[in-house]
Amino acid sequence: MTDVLKIMLLVLLVVCAVSVNLTRNLLAAVVIFMAFSSMTCIIWILIESPDLAITEAAVGAGISGTLFLMTLKKLHAEDTGETQADLPGTPGTPDSEDAHEP
Amino acid sequence: MSPENIGKAFQRWLDGDVNFLEHMTDTAHVPDSQREELKAGRRQLQHEIRHRGSHRLLRAEEAGFRIVYNAVAVISCIVLIGVLLFIVSRLPRYGVENPRTLTVVERYVEKGLQETGAVNIVAGMILDYRAFDTLGESHVLFTALVCVTILLRRDRKNMDSTLEDYYTIRRDRYYDTSRDGLIRRIAVVLLPCILVYGIYILLNGQNSPGGGFSGGAVLGAGLILFVASFGFDAADRFFTQKVFSVISFVSLAFYSFAKGYVFFTGANGMENHIPKGTPGAILSGGLILPLDIAVGMVVACTMFGFYSLFKRGSIGKD
Repeated sequence: MTDVLKIMLLVLLVVCAVSVNLTRNLLAAVVIFMAFSSMTCIIWILIESPDLAITEAAVGAGISGTLFLMTLKKLHAEDTGETQADLPGTPGTPDSEDAHEP
Repeated sequence: MSPENIGKAFQRWLDGDVNFLEHMTDTAHVPDSQREELKAGRRQLQHEIRHRGSHRLLRAEEAGFRIVYNAVAVISCIVLIGVLLFIVSRLPRYGVENPRTLTVVERYVEKGLQETGAVNIVAGMILDYRAFDTLGESHVLFTALVCVTILLRRDRKNMDSTLEDYYTIRRDRYYDTSRDGLIRRIAVVLLPCILVYGIYILLNGQNSPGGGFSGGAVLGAGLILFVASFGFDAADRFFTQKVFSVISFVSLAFYSFAKGYVFFTGANGMENHIPKGTPGAILSGGLILPLDIAVGMVVACTMFGFYSLFKRGSIGKD
């Protein structure tokens, strides 16, 4: 049973690794990367290294995925042709509500 | 540029507050009436740069570059896969005893509990036998955070312009997750469990799987969830720049001095006076528990610091 699970997970790992490279959508790439980390985490448990599994779950699936998402947002990579002027509340001149900001 | 000006510029560069593109990028000093004009000029320039690329020669060059690039990428991938497969084929089989590494493993497994006082032999290895590696690891993490701070810190000195920063702030506020009721409600349920689990991993590192790095990472992830669901204002109440500096410094300094003492006494054949405790109890394993806490604090602070710097350009309020 564990062997079947192990083989399935290993095959899925390869599928994930290849599809991260092939996908054009950066957001999807990050999500696939996080899935990759989660599967690695289960594999660590199966080969009896719970120490690594905990770290992999927290760092690989959690924090680095979050940091990638933050980077995408910083680069405005997930925007769909939306310019700054189209955003609500970003006119050319500061309005009174947030006058203390600039 | 006269020699005098160069000298002045060099002096300012030494002082650390020179921005060589000041006159090109800084729009703060430009009056409102000219700002639109400036932006239009910039757009014009971008348009020109983009359409130069359609020149035939440049296009041919680009195509040639792409072919070479793809070829090099494929070849280096195949070489790397070959090297890795070759090395894997020479490794001993999984689960089979390898005579070349047996002596070290034997020593760790047989005398580990007695020599380190840790039931979790992995913790005994990374924080006792190989504590020097972990010390380096913590410093590498800290250095990484310093580099991220240098690159991403946003204060008055290294903002492109006040106007641009104003847009960034408005934008961040528009996409702010902490307004979301759903995230907040889930976080209320999950956060206590995550934080308690993190502290458990941290404090029980010498007896059960886990330890400094994993516990710290879980705590850091919990802090990130907290900030994402309740906003930075909530975190600023207890986590400021100063708190971060103090925790990081105290943890790293404590680790260095404690381990320095052990290395010094060990290398000179002296007895160190750190009690080992009963194996299995929380207060056991000699220095492993305090070192776990120190590493965990550094890791948690670093993870949170990464998120905070990425999100708003500062670790906390000054």
